[in-house]
Amino acid sequence: MGTLVRFEDLTLGYDRHPAVHHLQGEIADGSLMAICGPNGAGKSTLLKGIAGVVAPFGGAIVWPAKKPPRIAYLPQSADIDRSFPINVLDMVAMGIWTRSGPFGGIGRAHRRIDAAIAAVGLAGFETRQIGTLSGGQLQRMLFARLLLQDAQLILLDEPFTALDAKTTTDLIDLVARWHGERRTVLAVLHDFDLVRRHFPETLLIAREKIAWDATDRVLQPDNLQRAAAMIEAFAHHAPACERVA
Amino acid sequence: MYALFVTPFIEFEFMRRALVGTIALALAGAPVGVFLVLRRMSLTGDAMAHAILPGAALGYLASGLTLGPMTLGGIGAGLVVAIGSGLVSRATILREDASLAAFYLISLALGVTLVSLRGSNIDLMHVLFGSVLALDDATLILLASFASLTLLVIALFYRLLVMETVDPDFLASLTRLGSVTQLVFLAVVVLNLVAGFHALGTLLAVGMITLPAAAARLWAKELSGMIGIAALQGIVASYAGLLLSYHGGLPSGPLIILTAAFFYLLAVIFGPAGGLLRRLRPRRHLEA
Repeated sequence: MGTLVRFEDLTLGYDRHPAVHHLQGEIADGSLMAICGPNGAGKSTLLKGIAGVVAPFGGAIVWPAKKPPRIAYLPQSADIDRSFPINVLDMVAMGIWTRSGPFGGIGRAHRRIDAAIAAVGLAGFETRQIGTLSGGQLQRMLFARLLLQDAQLILLDEPFTALDAKTTTDLIDLVARWHGERRTVLAVLHDFDLVRRHFPETLLIAREKIAWDATDRVLQPDNLQRAAAMIEAFAHHAPACERVA
Repeated sequence: MYALFVTPFIEFEFMRRALVGTIALALAGAPVGVFLVLRRMSLTGDAMAHAILPGAALGYLASGLTLGPMTLGGIGAGLVVAIGSGLVSRATILREDASLAAFYLISLALGVTLVSLRGSNIDLMHVLFGSVLALDDATLILLASFASLTLLVIALFYRLLVMETVDPDFLASLTRLGSVTQLVFLAVVVLNLVAGFHALGTLLAVGMITLPAAAARLWAKELSGMIGIAALQGIVASYAGLLLSYHGGLPSGPLIILTAAFFYLLAVIFGPAGGLLRRLRPRRHLEA
């Protein structure tokens, strides 16, 4: 099992303030990993960095493979215009992009689209407008789209927040299925029980890396205490960081 | 009946030309307007209409009331404003609306200054209010070509436009074509406004784009239905507006837009997809 991605002294942030500070480490191909930490700890920023939405201040994100993996990224609260007149089927079908591109036809992919919709439990919802979906149904729909994207690396930012137990279980099953297909899944999560039950590996981060190991070893009282001690506010007059890797 | 509804178009060529020209505008304006409305850019269309005025005026100054220079000037000014404001909103923290307002005001002020430099009392009535009853062959061909080009481009960019509107972050995670799509769409808007000002003038050109689309939003729940209904309303408004202006001896351009506005009011009141009546008199709720 090779390395999928390596963080080399990685610093990410906004407006010169670091949100992820000098992170060092690597993620093995096929990992199922949770990213935990208090609010403002840089969890979402790390995902954005991996997805290429935020550029590093310092250090690097290195993809050892010749061809970087196809990435699917589900942001925390997607900027979806729910008043737009589009139905579930068309929304999910966007996931076929890697095959269709901007201009190509969907053609025989219809079966795969139907299967993805069925897999998230939305069969029968195909012609429903997205504006009429509940929060859980919307998240199921976005998971169906992720299914179709056929990505090697899947980034999920708080995917189960505000979902009921049934929906969470159903979607966790999909994550387990991706793991079984040797895809790499990174998920930002706050529910430690859920993490302990389903995620073998955890990165605990509070701007700096607190612990990164097997989940049981990471989610220990002393680690969690250290993470909670992080001061959330940026220091307005912090001096420039001089640390060398 | 026949004399009332058909004869004016049989007897007078200028009526036939006006009808053909405005139908071309209505057909192309429908999808453009629907996407403007759905992207919450209805007023962007209006701002762009102001932005093309100075370009058209410059064309007029350079070579008088001729089709080519005025069209090129309008397209040029519109594209400069569209691309300039797009670049600024991408490169700075300014939102699209703020930078667009800035750019179209620069364009407008610059245009008025340039016009006044010539010091002559130029008759810009043609540019401001159009001359739908005086469309010559060249103008008709221009309107038809612009309309065809618009429909072709919208068809080609349809998927990108939908994705860019409903879920821009997702599109950005797949491709960089999102910003290209925005610019292409703005260029199509400019194209339609320039085509529209030959017939309806810069002030009313946007009416043929926005009004039928806003009304269609209240009639249809699906995107394709909205575009179809918008086109239908635009065509009927063209015909009815021309007829009303003929029989009433009133100016044609404004009456076409007023007819479209009448359809808009009908939709606001009776539209099944969120109109007033449906809100005021809800039907009984369902079992499940």
